[in-house]
Amino acid sequence: MSDHDYQPNSKLGKWFNDRLPLLTLSSHLREYPTPKNLNYWWTFGGILTFCLIVQIVTGIILGMHYIANADLAFESVEHIMRDVNYGWLIRYVHANGSSMFFLAVYIHIFRALYYGSYKSPREIIWIIGMIIYFLMMATAFMGYVLPWGQMSFWGATVITNLFSAVPFVGESITNWLWGGYAVGNPTLTRFFSLHYLLPFLILGLVILHIWALHVPGNNNPIGIEIKQPSKDTVPFHPYIVIKDLFALILFLIVFAFFVFYSPNLLGHADNYIEANPLVTPAHIVPEWYLLPFYAILRSIPDKLFGVIAMFASIFVLVILPWLDTSKVKSAIFRPIYKQFYWFLVADVIILGYMGAMPAEGTYLIIARIATAYYFLHFLIILPFLGKKEKTLDVPLNITEPVLGGYPNQAKTKEKSNIKENL
Amino acid sequence: MSESDKKKPNRRDFILTATTAAGAVGIGAAAWPLIDQMNPDASVKALASTEVDISGVEPGQSITVLWRGKPVFIKRRTQEEIDSARAVDLKDLKHPEKDEDRAKDPEWLVMLGVCTHLGCVPLTDKGDYNAWFCPCHGSHYDTSGRIRKGPAPTNLEVPKYVFVNSKTIKIG
Amino acid sequence: MKKIIKLLFFLTLLINFNNPKAIAESSPELLKVDWSFKSFIGKFDRASLQRGYQVYNEVCSSCHSVKYLSYRNLVEKGGPEFSEEEAKAIASNFEVIDGPDSTGEMFTRNAKLSDKFVMPYANEEEAKSANGGAYPPDMSVLVKARKGGADYIYSLLLGYEDAPADVNLDDGVYYNKYMYGNKIKMSAPLSDDLIEYSDGTKATSEQMAKDVVSFLMWTAEPHLELRHKFGFRVIIYLIIISVLVYFIMKKIWSRIESKI
Repeated sequence: MSDHDYQPNSKLGKWFNDRLPLLTLSSHLREYPTPKNLNYWWTFGGILTFCLIVQIVTGIILGMHYIANADLAFESVEHIMRDVNYGWLIRYVHANGSSMFFLAVYIHIFRALYYGSYKSPREIIWIIGMIIYFLMMATAFMGYVLPWGQMSFWGATVITNLFSAVPFVGESITNWLWGGYAVGNPTLTRFFSLHYLLPFLILGLVILHIWALHVPGNNNPIGIEIKQPSKDTVPFHPYIVIKDLFALILFLIVFAFFVFYSPNLLGHADNYIEANPLVTPAHIVPEWYLLPFYAILRSIPDKLFGVIAMFASIFVLVILPWLDTSKVKSAIFRPIYKQFYWFLVADVIILGYMGAMPAEGTYLIIARIATAYYFLHFLIILPFLGKKEKTLDVPLNITEPVLGGYPNQAKTKEKSNIKENL
Repeated sequence: MSESDKKKPNRRDFILTATTAAGAVGIGAAAWPLIDQMNPDASVKALASTEVDISGVEPGQSITVLWRGKPVFIKRRTQEEIDSARAVDLKDLKHPEKDEDRAKDPEWLVMLGVCTHLGCVPLTDKGDYNAWFCPCHGSHYDTSGRIRKGPAPTNLEVPKYVFVNSKTIKIG
Repeated sequence: MKKIIKLLFFLTLLINFNNPKAIAESSPELLKVDWSFKSFIGKFDRASLQRGYQVYNEVCSSCHSVKYLSYRNLVEKGGPEFSEEEAKAIASNFEVIDGPDSTGEMFTRNAKLSDKFVMPYANEEEAKSANGGAYPPDMSVLVKARKGGADYIYSLLLGYEDAPADVNLDDGVYYNKYMYGNKIKMSAPLSDDLIEYSDGTKATSEQMAKDVVSFLMWTAEPHLELRHKFGFRVIIYLIIISVLVYFIMKKIWSRIESKI
């Protein structure tokens, strides 16, 4: 990379930059050679950064008005909704922001799965990303507890009880988590503290995630390693910046629709009933983004193994770079993997749907099959497929297919298209 | 695309300027709720007034009550104190105000017990004028609560108040 | 285009997860009302909110609290918008306990605009013992706390029927076809001409149910009108700026021979 040669124009800039090379960093970020064939699925990284900042800013503001006390929490949320200037707006942005954050992160993850972005030399980026994802789930779960509604309380009860599955010390762990013999005020205050802390850890990891990305550079739809910089790349600014901005604005339209017109659609009605330790709601359902894992948990009839399966479903993603043995990254050139990829997408959606349904009868059977398939995909199909699959020819550089117009589609193979589009 | 742009060289500049301007307006509009949320909220604004029973206050005594989170001094002045407040030449004052304008009923002086220098609560019946003295940075106020000596720039502030009846004052 | 369709597909799925109709086990279709506050720029019907307050006050408030509402809210923009004098008169009908006074005693005084709505019972236990063990829920956010929202509450109010022959009802339990489990401890609260509207509207059960549900929608979402107004502007703004940014993007990318 050439940005080490960067020299500020002004004397002051040079003086400063010799002492703290922020200008070099800024120059690097602007010049960062990015593959020019990135499609819109690649804009979600920027969108996610935006989501994190929105959550942190609105969260800090809500923290100014919220009271982390079991007797006052629900009331303080109503105070925010009614009396605080624009409090309703800020809370709805924060609450729907978490859903938007997860929507974007799922697109981001499935993009990486499709284009093989987790493969060498990008394993560390992927693992950091998985840690971020895991921390996001923890943060979102604890945030959902804070309004101290019925779903908050019983969601917290159910999830913390997962740890009671640990042999011998399970009960001690749950009591330690609760600070009592049930979810109560001590639980709420510690969840508030951690909910405030974790986003900053996530922010730190995001910086590492981007740092790790900038070492090998972006993957791209073709999935080949390219020289940086070269005729296959464009500088990050203005090309990628403007494209990310455009995608972000489209994303904001969806975001705004939820905030202003369906602010409670993604939440649960029971959470507008104040927490009551004596009455459990008829159906305890986590937020939509946790449903697939919830379905995996419930599909195993044993408590301990259910918990293990749930955590394993995330861990299996962490070791994915070594499970997928194929040398070819992009699904564009892996016709069979592509089929299995869409099976996996469908499988996760089915799991999510089953997570929202009562765990009984047909639902439970489907959930079990879907759970089994989930593990089958990662643990058996992927390692096997990598060795057996006959992949298509991969181009040597991206400029050639880029001339064809839409490199992200399999059409790139058909050279005849190139002439037509020109 | 590029052909038509050569004919209209300003088009892109115009779009860029318009977008930047619109973007700035949008960011400003989005920032306002984030700033305004720190202003007093609707429930705080609603607690605007408080009623005080003054029937037990003897001449020369003063009471301190809380109004909007701040102390309010209610002093029932002696004739001597009223006279001394009214005898002052306005030219001697840093912040000239007539005592008649500060006390609707000369016997009752109602004012915020917040030093106009940096917000400490002055001590009653202390200082050079035997009235109010702020211990933080040495501001002396007279029997009308006017600044006479020290760093405070203005007189102690008189809030809006009315006598509901002979026994009750409503502040705010 | 294909991408947008895909995205819409996922969004629809996402929404469906949280609206699992299947969970609402065979409960009957809710009565639909053409609420004035439903559309993108929907507002409350002011007169209906005022009547709704009257229904709440004369019918519901003997058992149900709205503890997060203050009397000042009745004056605020976007609500029933009573005049300040009217709201003060309403508040002064209620007594609140204040204090302690200078001798340390608690005392009662008439409510002011800054006070919260006075609750019918001091606490949940008192409310339960007065209502045969069932707690009449606080109605501040009731509309948001029930699946189906305004339509559900409306249907429930009008959903009282004679119990089918195979359903046994204990004393003080009533049959309601929209209630979860069909058994409800609240007797049918509305009947035609139960109250006399001060604006002369005919007080049919349907009218009262509609008015009081509008009122409850407002108590649950006091800033709904502002939210709709903002939303409309924000989305128009975003659409315009997305078009502008699109053209800038096209222009910038036209410098290199690659399509986006």
